[in-house]
Amino acid sequence: MKHLLPLFASDFYFQMDWQGQKLAEQIMQVMLLVFAVVSFGAGYVLGSFQMMMLVYAGGVTLTALITIPNWPFFNRHPLKWLDLSEAEKHPKPQVAVSSKKKSTKK
Amino acid sequence: MHSFGHRLNGLLTFSVTILAIMCAIASLSDNLNTPSPTADIKIMNINWFQKQPQGNDEVSLTMNISADLQSLFTWNTKQLFIFVAAEYETPKNSLNQVSLWDAIIPAKEHAKFWIHTSNKYRFVDQGNNLRGKKFNLTLHWHVMPKTGKMFADKIVMAGYSFPEEYR
Repeated sequence: MKHLLPLFASDFYFQMDWQGQKLAEQIMQVMLLVFAVVSFGAGYVLGSFQMMMLVYAGGVTLTALITIPNWPFFNRHPLKWLDLSEAEKHPKPQVAVSSKKKSTKK
Repeated sequence: MHSFGHRLNGLLTFSVTILAIMCAIASLSDNLNTPSPTADIKIMNINWFQKQPQGNDEVSLTMNISADLQSLFTWNTKQLFIFVAAEYETPKNSLNQVSLWDAIIPAKEHAKFWIHTSNKYRFVDQGNNLRGKKFNLTLHWHVMPKTGKMFADKIVMAGYSFPEEYR
């Protein structure tokens, strides 16, 4: 699929948008904390340290599967990038070297 | 977060940090346990009691050690290390401790036991002070955890003594 897109566009098309990144981070933190509490509770009540480790490991794996890949539901507010043909019509912004030096010498 | 690598790194570090906190709490939970261990040691026989060529006393004895240490186990216990030590006083040392026997108990089911054994390690004095000497036999245990703090304690059994003469 990626080879059908213009050059470098695949880096933008298969990533998350800003809202998606925030959502991914929140989901990850909440899920890990919940699994920590659940696995500790299960291990303590059952008297089994191994049970706590197994439930927690399962929880970390599940969290990884949900939050790490670029699922579509993380891209519901996609960024609208300017078309390549449209961008070339306008001059690129110049970096003013002399003004930079003045501001840092304050 | 920004990219696949960022999210993976964040998830791994956060999950390991939480794991460390869980282990710390698990170790603290060991303090909630109130153990009630019991033990009894009978000396069945003094096999021999001699003075070595170097001048030190040596004794060999057969003991019957019985104990119920099941209440020491918690969910966070890996194993129990126990040893029996003979303790006595001499003019040279205010306390002598000689380890006679030890064992590792890997599970709660094995913690209620009795064993008929001679001393695993040689009982040699620093000198020749043992004739007629009174001594204690102490059962020490170390509760080795899966994670966190190790607890150690003992039961002192007094009232044992050596024969007056070598045999």
